[in-house]
Amino acid sequence: MAILNKHKIYVQDVTMRDGMHALRHQMSLDDVATIAGALDRAGVDALEVTHGDGLSGSSFNYGFGSHSDLDWIGAAADAVEKARITVLLVPGIGLADDLKDAYGAGARSVRVATHCTEADVSRQHIRVARDLGYDTACFLMMAHMTSTENLVQQALLMESYGAECVYVVDSAGAMLPADVTARVTALREKLKPETEVGIHTHENLHHGVANAVAGIRAGAVRVDGSLAGLGAGAGNAPIEAMIAVFDRLGIQTGCDFTQLSATADDIVRPLMDRPVRVDRESLMLGYAGVYSSFLRHAEKSAGDYNVSTSEILVELGKRKMIGGQEDMIVDVALDLITARKAAS
Amino acid sequence: MTFKVAIIGSGNIGTDLMMKILKGSDELEMGAMVGIDADSDGLKRAADLGVPTTHEGLEGLRALPNYKDISIVMDATSAGAHMKHHPVLVADGKQIIDLTPAAIGPFVVPSVNLNENRGESALNMVTCGGQATIPIVHAVRRATDRLIYAEIVASVSSLSAGPGTRANIDEFTQTTSRAIEKVGGAKRGKAIIILNPADPPMLMRDSVFTLSQGGDEAAIRESVARMVEEVRTYVPGYRLKQDVQFETIGDNAPLNVPGIGRVSGLKTSIFIEVEGNADYFPSYAGNLDIMTSAAKAAAENWARAHNVEAA
Repeated sequence: MAILNKHKIYVQDVTMRDGMHALRHQMSLDDVATIAGALDRAGVDALEVTHGDGLSGSSFNYGFGSHSDLDWIGAAADAVEKARITVLLVPGIGLADDLKDAYGAGARSVRVATHCTEADVSRQHIRVARDLGYDTACFLMMAHMTSTENLVQQALLMESYGAECVYVVDSAGAMLPADVTARVTALREKLKPETEVGIHTHENLHHGVANAVAGIRAGAVRVDGSLAGLGAGAGNAPIEAMIAVFDRLGIQTGCDFTQLSATADDIVRPLMDRPVRVDRESLMLGYAGVYSSFLRHAEKSAGDYNVSTSEILVELGKRKMIGGQEDMIVDVALDLITARKAAS
Repeated sequence: MTFKVAIIGSGNIGTDLMMKILKGSDELEMGAMVGIDADSDGLKRAADLGVPTTHEGLEGLRALPNYKDISIVMDATSAGAHMKHHPVLVADGKQIIDLTPAAIGPFVVPSVNLNENRGESALNMVTCGGQATIPIVHAVRRATDRLIYAEIVASVSSLSAGPGTRANIDEFTQTTSRAIEKVGGAKRGKAIIILNPADPPMLMRDSVFTLSQGGDEAAIRESVARMVEEVRTYVPGYRLKQDVQFETIGDNAPLNVPGIGRVSGLKTSIFIEVEGNADYFPSYAGNLDIMTSAAKAAAENWARAHNVEAA
């Protein structure tokens, strides 16, 4: 599948996927339908709808979803006329078989996501996705953790398996615009011209929109954002602000930012049981380069074991824990208690 | 008497297994090391240590002069290759110990179900993550009335995950999930694997989360501690990293467990660390060590049973 209109930027919303992290994977089917319909009418190209950790992410480790992936996907698919429904698949968590079920429920686009150094685990999933007829993009997560040279090698692997687009994914919200520019420029130079480059950002250092702009200027043609920034950590680039900035810069998207900002404020912001914003906890994610999805799990463990969230996050960064290792949050909290007892 | 063993697969797993058998076994001795790459480190090492070798795969093994003396064939190749090896080895009357995720024979986890599968001509060793976690799942099962759900997260260093694992990561998750149910005794199982590239490499870590009903915390804690000691008899670097953690899931806030629906009970979290014995691969690769240690234990158990029959 080619992109819908190659003369403009492809805008991918992640409110109902990355945003699941911010709501601890509790989103009603009615809310999914309302949000999907509004995004579709506002001109967004694609809507990602899955558990925050992708297909089959519903678990003790990441949090059980209020609904199954298939129910969420179905609710969104029924509510849209033009927009594509996208799913996330993280090999090691979800299965290639899950892609078949998701396609049956209405998904037509997928992002297969691996840690930035582990692209070779994605081959079987990319092939299955292509065979099913999915628009098949790939995520290189935590892209700040490896060199630009290695990131290029990993992107080339994904391209060789059949990826139609490779995203630079700043899962920790740790990048600054120059970091994005270097990585996107290198991918754009080394990948085939027909392979697209995408950019996925987080707000932890308050650079979500600026990094999206840097990515587009360096050659990215797909960009992620979410309503009111609903997403892990301090959230993603708020899609309404991002589109407004693009309008001012003359970057064509076909999206209406006034409609988006109304949905962000009227529908999405009231869903938040914890404000999605740059605060001392989410800021620490960006500063220490820690996976944004750890935030709410770390806050729960901090409460359960009476240790500080920031201390847990910093220690996770020191241990070089990567996306998916939420089980290590309790382990770190218990180690902090042990260390405290030993010191007293 | 001792029984002669052939190992097919001269990669990390096969070579580590060979080193363990050479290092000392009362029941086993190396009969052959089989690969498909003459230059592989495993085959070179075997030849240096006086083990008969072939780089012509299963057919090369069958052509070795001592093939008839080999009782046990341990397959450390891939699920796809094992599917082809299995019928030939059965026809030749060999006892098979399968270290791939092919899962033709019954799943075997030594500390849980070794004796009940003694008569089977082919034993499957599940996966490294399964070997590290299913004993714990079973420990919770035996201390409770109902084990509704068990989930495991296996984190291994990137360097210890070979190309076979990487190309077929779904085989790991699916095989492990099935074995959590069949061997561990959970109504529903889920497995997650993470490859972490940190340098220096992290030790293998395994977390087990269960949801059970009936039975108390003290009984679960005691059962888990007993099981850890049992596994340590064949994997010395296996240890409980933290105290067992509990959380009551009340009827007012049930979990929506996939395949089960809304359910309450007791959540138990168990954190395991596996340090390898560094027989071939460095100690961080506890995932390789626990697989080869379990396979060796299964082969020795078979050998002991046959010595009893012979006596």
